[in-house]
Amino acid sequence: MSRVFVAGLGAVSSAGWNVVALREALDKGDPLPTQPMERPGWARPLQARLVPNPSVRPEFLAHPRLRRTSPITHYAVATALEAIAGLRAARDSKHRLGLVVCLQSGCVNYSCRFYDETLKDPATASPLLFPETVYAAPASHVAAVLEHVSLASTLVGDPASFLQGIAVGVQWLEEHRVDACLVIGAEETNWILADALWHLERPAVITGGAGALCLCREPELSAGVELAAITDAHTYSSGLDRMQAARAMRGQLDQSNLLEPVRAELLLGPAARFTPKAFGAGCRPATSQELLCDGLGNNPRADAPELAAWCDWTGPRISPKRILGEGLMAAAAWQCVAACDAVASGRFVSANVSLVGSNQQAMGARFARDDSGISHLSAGGSPGNIRP
Amino acid sequence: MLFPTTSPSQTPSRVVITGAGIITALGLGWKPNAEGFRTGRTAFRPVSLFDVSRQRAKSAAEADLPAALPSTNLSARQIARLDRAASLLLLATQEAWQQSGWEPAENLPLILGTTAGGMSLGEAYFRQAVQMPHRHRCQPTRAVHYQPQVQARMVLDALGFNGPITIVSNACASGANAIGHAWELIRYGPAERALAGGYDALSELVFSGFDALQALSTTICRPFDARRDGLALGEGAAVVALETLESARSRNADILGELVGYGTSIDQHHLTQPHPHGDTTMMVMRQACEIADVTPGNVDYVNAHGTGTVLNDSSEALAINEWAGRRAATLPVSSTKASIGHLLGAAGAVEAVVCLMTLREQWLPPETLLETPDPACQFPIVQQPRDAHVNVALSNSFGFGGVNASLILRRWA
Repeated sequence: MSRVFVAGLGAVSSAGWNVVALREALDKGDPLPTQPMERPGWARPLQARLVPNPSVRPEFLAHPRLRRTSPITHYAVATALEAIAGLRAARDSKHRLGLVVCLQSGCVNYSCRFYDETLKDPATASPLLFPETVYAAPASHVAAVLEHVSLASTLVGDPASFLQGIAVGVQWLEEHRVDACLVIGAEETNWILADALWHLERPAVITGGAGALCLCREPELSAGVELAAITDAHTYSSGLDRMQAARAMRGQLDQSNLLEPVRAELLLGPAARFTPKAFGAGCRPATSQELLCDGLGNNPRADAPELAAWCDWTGPRISPKRILGEGLMAAAAWQCVAACDAVASGRFVSANVSLVGSNQQAMGARFARDDSGISHLSAGGSPGNIRP
Repeated sequence: MLFPTTSPSQTPSRVVITGAGIITALGLGWKPNAEGFRTGRTAFRPVSLFDVSRQRAKSAAEADLPAALPSTNLSARQIARLDRAASLLLLATQEAWQQSGWEPAENLPLILGTTAGGMSLGEAYFRQAVQMPHRHRCQPTRAVHYQPQVQARMVLDALGFNGPITIVSNACASGANAIGHAWELIRYGPAERALAGGYDALSELVFSGFDALQALSTTICRPFDARRDGLALGEGAAVVALETLESARSRNADILGELVGYGTSIDQHHLTQPHPHGDTTMMVMRQACEIADVTPGNVDYVNAHGTGTVLNDSSEALAINEWAGRRAATLPVSSTKASIGHLLGAAGAVEAVVCLMTLREQWLPPETLLETPDPACQFPIVQQPRDAHVNVALSNSFGFGGVNASLILRRWA
């Protein structure tokens, strides 16, 4: 069995342009303010949580490949550079890097602009916009900026697909096809995406951004976190609804975690002993040193399967989407980033990520403390919004 | 569990193809497509799916869908929600499924490549949101079924199996990457079998995009012709059933061919233009050959990416020349995009199935409308229908964004 470590994290969100901003917003625990988003034909705007402009224009935007690119590419590049900073500091840049970019909605800004121009007059539709509409555009730009990318792929799916992206990165690492692999989840937003979300999940507030994990094989590159488990993809079908899939994911994550209490006690001593609570078949007791980073938003109907799957969870938990907004694939990436950050900062021995996707699958993952690495990710901090 | 897993097998499994489904403008199913490719028939006609009166190019290779979809486990309501792309996907998958003889299973990976998914639904959503913003009818359904993973789920429901769905969207390399990814999953475990392929339907946005780039031919799509002036778009789908040789033998399956090599990498030169010397193209062909343990001298046919654009074909020609070396002078090459156009996310999968056809039936697909081969091509371009001994075939696919992929298939005899 191979080990896979997290070498770095990156995040752009409605909280700001790095992991520190994400952490501070989650620790504070207050939903971030919303901004109006105009919707054609409607007097009343929709609400969105927009990514703030960076306080200083990022240097990477001067890269020639990033001219005319849309926000999703800016977010993806920013998270990539942040996540890979530790790796680059630790060794020369000649590592073979893999890149997996995961999207649900993708490049909606230029797609809408280009199609709007097409409907008005295709003869004047801008050829500069069209290439930026393809799902593969952000990955191409990130690869061009990072240079030493030898293998790249773009995956599309519901937010749980971010864990599929991690699994692809792990596969490339295990087969020694790359030395490190960046897995990025990114989205941008515009009025039509907000409109679609309004149709499907009215209480949700759309947002954009990106999150990234840099995975590696070598313990010396670890930032103090390792991947402990990724469940199977529990795909929704006529024979498996979201509720059943979420339960199956939870059960599988628990099964994979039976040794985790022992690990927690070894690392933290008796203080990490488990809270005494009875659990149903297939479940195991939670510890105060184990975090649940879930995907709950503010939509009772959409949240119901995940709530049910984790109804007996007594440990601490955090719900990034309730603070940052519905970022689709980016939100899934933030969950993983927040989980890794909580472990790297020493606040938790392990963290579970629960992803009950909107229309494809339920998947879960667990990240655990890796004592062989030295954490350079986090200065720690109070648990803040993490709910006991 | 996807992780942790047992260490990858040190001895990779051999992966064979036991089912193939295809739909293109040449027809639905193996037989009409094989006949069309063998004779080099072209299938372009004026676009009827949307208005192209204000576009430079006016034609494409539209597929004819059957009046009714074949009977599956889908309800009438589910069938009504299938858009054109999902229908193409379902038709190709069902053919592959039936040919493979597989029974419904609980953990069968489905890996698909697409560039546009349900783009026509997205376009309809946009038009209604702009033109009739207060009318909500159909919008929620469009917002969901526009997404490719939902279209893939329809395939699961239709055929009665379950398993992980992976949607690869590396532009025009998507279909080849999907098959390559499935091959890797089976070769080293954890999967013993998988369905993989690609699909894309014609859509107004994509047609307009290529037209705006002036990448569409306004005459005839002639890959590798010295006077080529662009590509032609098409639509379709292809899906293959992949499994380990042991699995296929254990159930006495009819083996259509063996997938023996796969190379992929990313060309960072430009978002839409290949490196002029085809460096990455050459690299992925070499990767695939190395894994397959073949040399260019062993390759009997190359199904080129060959879009018909000036930049792609010159870059690919240089790469093939360099990769093949002295073998180039006698290595038959053609691009079947001359017959069915560029199928984008489906192209790599459809062209893999074309390679299977050449291996099974021992002919080479010609480009019958090619007039003057580009002098950059040091290899012979197949121009007339002909029988040939084909033991190993290589298929190239390259995408916007720079992802390149090569697949190598071997005859099963």
